Amino acid sequence: MFKLIVRRLFLGLLTLLAITVLVFLGTEILPGDVAQAILGQAATPETVAALREKLGLNAPPWERYFTWLANILAGDLGNSLANGIPVDRIIGQRIVNTINLALYATVIALPLSLLLGLLSAAWPEGTFDRMTSSTTVFFISIPDFVIAIVLIIIFARELGWFPSVVHRPRWGDVPVALGQTFLPMLTLVLTILAHIIRMTRAAVLDVLKQPYIEMALLKGAPKSRIIIRHAIPNALGPIVNVVALNLAYLVSGVVIVEVIFTYPGLGRLMVDSVIFRDLPLIQVAALVFCGFYVALNISADVTAIMANPRLRFAK
Amino acid sequence: MNRLAGRTRSKRVRPRPDGWAWAGIVIVAAGLLLAVGGPLVAPHEVGAIISDSNFEAPGISTLLGTDTLGRDILSRLLHGARLTVGVALAATVLGFLIGMAAGFSAAEIKGRYDDFMLWLADMMLSFPPLLLALIVIASLSSSLPVLICTIAVLHASRVARVSRAVAMNIAALEFVEVARARGESLVSILVREIWPSTIRPLAVEFGLRLTYSILFLSSLSFLGLGIQPPDADWGSMVRENLNALQTGAYIAVLLPAFAIAILTVGVNLIVDWLGAVSGRSISEELTG
Amino acid sequence: MTAFLRIEDLVVEGRPPSGIWVETVHRCSVEVQPGEVVALIGESGAGKTTVALAALGYARPGTRFRNGRVFLEGRDVLAMSIAEKRDLRGRDVAYVAQSAQASLNPSIPVGEQIAESLHLHQVAEGADATRRTIELLDLLDIPHPEMIARRYPHQTSGGQQQRIMMAMALACRPRLLVLDEPTTALDVTTQIEVLKAIKSVNRDLGTASIYVSHDLAVVAQVADRILVMNQGHVVEEGETSRILDDAREDYTRTLLGAVKPRPSPERTVVDRTVTSGVKPVISVMHASASYARQTLFGTIEREQYVLHDIALDVWPREVLAVVGESGSGKSTLARVMAGLHPPLPGARITLDDELLAGRARRRTRDQLRRIQIIFQSPDQSLNPERRVDDAIGRPLELYFGMSGSEKYDRIADLLEMVGLDPDYAGRFPAELSGGERQRVSIARAFAAEPDVILCDEVLSALDTVVAARVLELMKELRESHQVAYVFISHDLSTVASIADRVAVMYAGRIVDAGYTNDVFAPPHHPYTQLLINSVPALRQGWLEEVINSREAEAGMRSNVMLHDRPCPFRMRCPLVISGTCDREPAPAREMGHGHIVMCQHDESALRAAQNGA
Repeated sequence: MFKLIVRRLFLGLLTLLAITVLVFLGTEILPGDVAQAILGQAATPETVAALREKLGLNAPPWERYFTWLANILAGDLGNSLANGIPVDRIIGQRIVNTINLALYATVIALPLSLLLGLLSAAWPEGTFDRMTSSTTVFFISIPDFVIAIVLIIIFARELGWFPSVVHRPRWGDVPVALGQTFLPMLTLVLTILAHIIRMTRAAVLDVLKQPYIEMALLKGAPKSRIIIRHAIPNALGPIVNVVALNLAYLVSGVVIVEVIFTYPGLGRLMVDSVIFRDLPLIQVAALVFCGFYVALNISADVTAIMANPRLRFAK
Repeated sequence: MNRLAGRTRSKRVRPRPDGWAWAGIVIVAAGLLLAVGGPLVAPHEVGAIISDSNFEAPGISTLLGTDTLGRDILSRLLHGARLTVGVALAATVLGFLIGMAAGFSAAEIKGRYDDFMLWLADMMLSFPPLLLALIVIASLSSSLPVLICTIAVLHASRVARVSRAVAMNIAALEFVEVARARGESLVSILVREIWPSTIRPLAVEFGLRLTYSILFLSSLSFLGLGIQPPDADWGSMVRENLNALQTGAYIAVLLPAFAIAILTVGVNLIVDWLGAVSGRSISEELTG
Repeated sequence: MTAFLRIEDLVVEGRPPSGIWVETVHRCSVEVQPGEVVALIGESGAGKTTVALAALGYARPGTRFRNGRVFLEGRDVLAMSIAEKRDLRGRDVAYVAQSAQASLNPSIPVGEQIAESLHLHQVAEGADATRRTIELLDLLDIPHPEMIARRYPHQTSGGQQQRIMMAMALACRPRLLVLDEPTTALDVTTQIEVLKAIKSVNRDLGTASIYVSHDLAVVAQVADRILVMNQGHVVEEGETSRILDDAREDYTRTLLGAVKPRPSPERTVVDRTVTSGVKPVISVMHASASYARQTLFGTIEREQYVLHDIALDVWPREVLAVVGESGSGKSTLARVMAGLHPPLPGARITLDDELLAGRARRRTRDQLRRIQIIFQSPDQSLNPERRVDDAIGRPLELYFGMSGSEKYDRIADLLEMVGLDPDYAGRFPAELSGGERQRVSIARAFAAEPDVILCDEVLSALDTVVAARVLELMKELRESHQVAYVFISHDLSTVASIADRVAVMYAGRIVDAGYTNDVFAPPHHPYTQLLINSVPALRQGWLEEVINSREAEAGMRSNVMLHDRPCPFRMRCPLVISGTCDREPAPAREMGHGHIVMCQHDESALRAAQNGA
């Protein structure tokens, strides 16, 4: 087992390294001259050359990559091109905001969707299952920004229950913040809920077809026990993967939701910095998102390994 | 005349679409029709400003009203259909071609080539897709080829994994072994033996990927990083008209938004039908 | 006397996916007396399992009880509520499934799975349940029961899994056991382990049983009474001895007729002329193979040799059988010859003195044509998306460039040759029965007009009656087409009736090879002796004789060792010489007529040991 987990961690590390290469390539090598970008079109060739020298842009790419990586690892994230403020000062609060919002959505969506998925699987083709499956097929097809717009029209414009814009979430005062961010949360919940329900249902149904389930039935086990003791442990691996996949999806979802609700999170920062080509900000935001994504995938795989005795006791 | 001439030949059994599947087929057909014919029947040019007032209500001259700049919404929707469907379809097809070629060949060639392809696909899959697109667009800036290629590459890694898995299952079957022992070429094995049995699972995957293309492109456009003005796809129309939410002229936002939703729901209805496992396979005592 | 279990006029309906309900079991009646073992026997699809499961009040998905009653000690099981059925199942009636591997929950330690029934039916709790679990494992002869109880199913062997499932069924001391083909998936030597366990349970605990099987010889060992089923009807019923000796119904006699006699030198059909005067058509030398995998970073993962330095000749027109248990490497050998699995460097495979490449892709078209292969599974051997004429026509196009009416005429000939109407040409494999599909596979192989056909377990997935007919066809075709067969099989009886020569494989090595009548008679390799002795005889009392024999006892002792240089069979060998067999590789000994045995014992020692046994 340890060999498997160590291998998985190693692969994750490798992936992170590849991500840094890609981020560096995408932001430093390809888009032309950074010095020119900093100084603007009006700069004289002399000042550009001086800045190039100063920024070390004349060094070969791999050398610049390692300098850049070393700086990031040392905590020196650089300054924003737009206003010269150090990147770490800009993103700190943004990360907290994004994590809070994602957590809010996860806490609501996860138990709810797993429960609904299990209930659908427990009575397949029943009334409840038919209802959920026809509802979920619509929700998985609708883009998150469409859900957000409909929610805004109903709950913010027409009913006026929740704000449609969250300029300053007050996470210091949790009840207020939960109200403020209710619509962004609901949008995120609705986008991942349907996926988890459908995939949980499928995973459990798949297990329920196995001969050992029939065996348990013929031992006289009641249905509740069959599902809880016999089916769920075997469906755990796939379910964990589904959950990880959807939490990872939140990474994308959060970008869009933050833009719609003008929520000051990392996602909106990322989009803004792409539009303004604020490279140091893009780099750091991308690394944070990717790091989270990779960590999530690793923990899903490790959980799946732990849940499966075949892998747990593998030589 | 040979000895087999005139004898009856069995027909392939094809499952019939149910009500929901028909709805999906009609929607998708309509979407394709719009993509082809939409721009031809549109009353106005994409960027033509036809009215001084923005968010004009629907009327005789503008059937669906005007948008934030006083452009005809109907015309923009019709033009947008071609971009939305066209880019999504092109990206999906391209992604499928790359992914299937990689996946099938990995399944049949095996060994280090397979290991490498799998590693590559896994690596690609460990990037958050939207972030990857943002980085690419940040460095190359947004254009049609960039959009299509980015989405296609995102698809390719997943399609490669799925088609590899499907092909591996079939490649291990005895009739494929017989073909190999008979001395069939790699192409012949892939095309004659493996491909026919993979159509159904891959058709499902194609539908899923197409939905994803539409959603992904719309999201990028919605963020202002997809189709660039004055051209418009449905996603960027939603973005342009967001200020309608303040004025109450919701129709300018809702029309393109619902157009996207209806199209993707249509594709998913077909996918659900294709993917549905027929027959009951769980004890009635567990289901009752 | 009132029966303990009485199934009366049972009618069951079945429905294929999205099809309509059709009656599959027609007014069947079965009675079981206390302590009695009743066998339900018949071919696949006869409705045996469906009837047996009615004793638990259970209808599989896609089936339903239409009519009839099932009385267990006077109570109608079919009329019970779900709660009452739960009480009954596992406590009064217990089920043992065909595949233990699939029927044990992979996520729960086996001890807990056994104890589950005890908890469910409030028979025992806590330490008491643990103690009883260990007792049950012990009762079924499972070594180190405390240790095994803590293991997960994948950490136990196939024979153990089947006995663990028996222990699970016996946990609450049920009065009726329903055994569903409990030994069908096992090798003959493992089958004895499980049959022994079943027999002692019936004898010691007096548990009544319904034993579902397609194998009359196995049933003869355990059943008191036999019910013969055909297409949902009970066609004949009687005491085991009466059915075996004096069957009255034609169908029963057909079943009995399809049971092959046990392998013995007298039954063989050897033609000693096959190896005289000519050269071998295929010659294999120094063939080793492994499933070692090279990863991206160049490391080799867990090297597992499946073939060790094999040497083998195939003569024109002969039938060479390769026998052995699952995992012995016999299928890999066929795959190596066909070019589907490249051997390790150093191997030399020739076809009429031409050196053959390791991979099919590098062989010439004519070399490929001359060696054809037929596989085991009728479900997999034909492409489900292509019609029969496409399957048979392909080799005609590829090797002879045929097309149009020439090709179609030839397809029609080939179909008639294997006993199928030319109308079959336009059908899809799904419309054919298993036997018909196997005939199409045979036609496809003969279409190439090969010199050698590799037959990998071609009969083992077929029902006995169907298999017997296909075997007859293969014998005829070999006569008429002068082709050699390499006949891979685990079934020694079939081999005895068709093979001129036999090679016995164990752990990737050929341990015994020669003319069939020489190999099947002592002196031969101790493993050959074990294999032959493990084949059930179609008479009562065979099991009792064999389980007390030295060979069977030694054979049950351990699992196959794949790796080391010394004799791989030493752990299970009744004649093992400690200090020698575990140190040195066994030498090849010539026993006359080219009969080679890999053993430390010489001819006279083997003869002495084996004639006495």
